[in-house]
Amino acid sequence: MFIPGNNPGMMQDAHVYAPDSIMLDLEDSVTLEEKDAARLLVYNALQSVDYGEIEMVVRINPLGSPYGHKDVQAAVKAGAHVIRMPKTETAEEVVELEKAIEQIETSLGCVGRTKIMAAIESAQGVMNAFAIATASKRMMGIALGAEDYCANLKTSRSKEGAELLYARQTIVVAARAAGIDALDTVYSDLNDMDSFRAELRLIKQLGFDGKSIINPRQIEIVNEIFAPTQKEIEKACAILAGIKEAQKRGSGVIAVDGKMVDRPVVMRAQRCIDLAIASGIITKEDVYE
Amino acid sequence: MEINTASAGTLESGDILVEIIPARQKGIEIILSSAVSHQFGKQIKQVIFQTLSELNVTDATVHATDKGALDCTIRARVTAAVCRATKTDVWK
Repeated sequence: MFIPGNNPGMMQDAHVYAPDSIMLDLEDSVTLEEKDAARLLVYNALQSVDYGEIEMVVRINPLGSPYGHKDVQAAVKAGAHVIRMPKTETAEEVVELEKAIEQIETSLGCVGRTKIMAAIESAQGVMNAFAIATASKRMMGIALGAEDYCANLKTSRSKEGAELLYARQTIVVAARAAGIDALDTVYSDLNDMDSFRAELRLIKQLGFDGKSIINPRQIEIVNEIFAPTQKEIEKACAILAGIKEAQKRGSGVIAVDGKMVDRPVVMRAQRCIDLAIASGIITKEDVYE
Repeated sequence: MEINTASAGTLESGDILVEIIPARQKGIEIILSSAVSHQFGKQIKQVIFQTLSELNVTDATVHATDKGALDCTIRARVTAAVCRATKTDVWK
């Protein structure tokens, strides 16, 4: 969930809504005159507010701007889990960020702590998606930034999202090939939750791991669409239990409900269970005890 | 350290507007306005004073209008106001 980096009220309350991740934004939601104050606010909040298990992300300004490197310093020193790099177009930009992070972490004695998420927001970025996704061992995900991407494509966003299809599919494939997460762009119309649901169903079907949001009202709907159904969970539990039994017997293949279950099916079942646990529908103890 | 007039923060809920002006007298003077000054005024002034000390500001007058800011927000706003007032940058 995006939170403007210069809004302390929102920053101190955001964790109440229990999003998976909070993204403190130093980029587009902060005016040029307030970049310095927002950076200090994010730095102090990250060090003081107990966000519990929520993943804390800081969206920095581009490294080429007067603010980017200072944002990296603040985010790394404050212990952000992830730095989100905006408008990423090449692997070299990721490498530059990695070097900046590494330098700060070395001085702090915590090398390897900070992960990188790259936002792809242009045609060039989409064409380089796989190179970006594999540019650093710190990469944990790539995300689509649709507003800038559409401007770059010389088009505009539609409810159906036809203009984003190629970018979305490219990003998912690149992320999967790199073994990292694929995260979809925000949906900004808070008065049209039906279209929001439709977009969520589409991106889930495309293979995305999650969606960026701008308002707590969107959290429940994202969880509702992404969470597996009770039937899916029961089937996944049966598959995992069956494969465990089969492995004891030295076999890698079983049948559940008369259908062959092999490695890809087991992986899907595991993902279903992971999602169910993450969504709070079941606990680890329900599955593994 | 030369202090010019500068401010940081807003009057939105959860924030604090901090204005620093050159000292009218030797030392730190804090003029606080807050709906919770009866309960937390001492604590808010303490955080402002401590932040100024850490930034080596010894002489200044501070006008603070609190709207329920957490300590971390107060520290951030005071630091931003000092950086602006002294034209320094903590990230250099």
